Amino acid sequence: MSRIQSTRFGVAGIAAALIALSAAPAFAQAAAAPAKIDAADTAFLLSATGLVLMMSIPGLALFYCGMVRKKNVLATMAQTFAAVALGSLVWMAVGYSLAFTGDGALIGTLDRIFLKGMTMESIHPAAKTIPESVFMIYQMTFAIITVALVAGSVADRMRFSAFVWFVVGWLILVYAPIAHWVWGGGFLAGAGVIDFAGGLVVHLNCGIAGLVACYVIGVRRGYGSENLAPFNLSLAVIGTGLLWVGWFGFNGGSALAAGSRAGYAVVATHLAACAGVCTWMLIEWWDRGKPSVLGMISGAIAGLGTITPASGFVLPWHGVVIGIAAGGICYWACVKLKQALGYDDSLDVFGVHGVGGATGTILVGVFAVAAIGETKGLLEGNAGQVLTQLYGVGVTLAWAAIGTFVLLKVIGFFLPLRVRDEDERIGLDLTQHGEQLQ
Amino acid sequence: MKLVTAIIKPFKLDEVRDALTAIGVHGMTVSEVKGYGRQKGHTEIYRGAEYAVNFLPKLKIEVGVPDDMEDKVVAAIVNSAKTGQIGDGKIFVSNVGHAVRIRTGETDNDAL
Repeated sequence: MSRIQSTRFGVAGIAAALIALSAAPAFAQAAAAPAKIDAADTAFLLSATGLVLMMSIPGLALFYCGMVRKKNVLATMAQTFAAVALGSLVWMAVGYSLAFTGDGALIGTLDRIFLKGMTMESIHPAAKTIPESVFMIYQMTFAIITVALVAGSVADRMRFSAFVWFVVGWLILVYAPIAHWVWGGGFLAGAGVIDFAGGLVVHLNCGIAGLVACYVIGVRRGYGSENLAPFNLSLAVIGTGLLWVGWFGFNGGSALAAGSRAGYAVVATHLAACAGVCTWMLIEWWDRGKPSVLGMISGAIAGLGTITPASGFVLPWHGVVIGIAAGGICYWACVKLKQALGYDDSLDVFGVHGVGGATGTILVGVFAVAAIGETKGLLEGNAGQVLTQLYGVGVTLAWAAIGTFVLLKVIGFFLPLRVRDEDERIGLDLTQHGEQLQ
Repeated sequence: MKLVTAIIKPFKLDEVRDALTAIGVHGMTVSEVKGYGRQKGHTEIYRGAEYAVNFLPKLKIEVGVPDDMEDKVVAAIVNSAKTGQIGDGKIFVSNVGHAVRIRTGETDNDAL
């Protein structure tokens, strides 16, 4: 498990449980003391949890709603809100247990269903210095933003009721297994695949799901002929700022401890975002004549998504290189690839998150530094890590695609996935929610 | 009575209003409109998706005036709204059959 390779976590779980019962600070200073709840780590992870939740609401809600048309603004925000509220309950009920308990290769257990068995003293083996409750809710914020991200691909046309079912089904069928394989002790972790904060689990996963969903649901009415310009990009800029700041909790917190590794993760994250902005801006300036604001914020998200699997494994300058790669490759995916293939990924979830997540997951195999994350990459002579990473990309891509496709077909059997043509023309705010911006 | 309808560039509104006030016009109706004439629109690009924006934002001013004011009003609008650049707009003058001031019931020229 890439997240837990720091040596401080390499102690027996039994000892940790015993020590967790004793609160006296003196015990903590014993030389070979087993892990116990650490106040600094706990405070840091609680803060990081808040930051990652802020990425969804209001960060992602603003980022997305600013890019749709005025008639679909509230509906877009409603999807993010539903993902947060419903997704959290699903995570509590079954998602956490399936993703993070047991040591099965394919899926977790039902031991923590409805958080049964979680106590004041319990810890998770992956994070022995923080209470299990903190680990559980920190991981919850990742699950909900991932399913909320998918909505961007099908913005402007997916039925709200269908999306609600999608949130429930997708977290159980697609997200929980992949999180288990990569972070919960499953077969990808066993194969040595590293993914610090979710290049596979979050970004490639949501990007592929989005791509499949927009193929299944079809292009927006008027795509390619009508003006589908964003309603208010200033909201998207504010949303990007919140996402960027929140990402410090997303990637920094994935160290699962307040220490140097979290510091390196945050530094690489910030530098990659900056490099992504500059790269996208310069390419667009050269290619289209003007550096657009939408381009700059897209470059930021591309850089952030792409550094996600690598942060916590790489040096600061690697973050810059990965950010530059993100800006270039994601620009190509959003501007050239999408037009060439004709799919209508409304808000470029695949082009930014999917392509960025895969790129970063492969590049961490190149740049990984043993002194930071205990894994050597190609530059340190371990060429095989790149192949291992490619294996992780292939498996994640396949499961996300198949799982999403099957789930949408099942939901589509019971109710329409897409709003009626007339409702799409009128707008989802009014037809799905009975409200609209004046 | 005449109804003078002028389509002008939005940023010229205050100058037009001042010019009309100076010659004794005491009211007008302004609407935000979109349209095109000889001024071409522009292209917007969003992540590679290009949208041609052919309809540009303009303001429409409507002023009801007595027949003898028509020439002065038109001249005042022309002088104040003109930039000399393409897209300055147009003025249309039409006849008005009847006018009523709702508050008092006054009609025609008394109502203007």
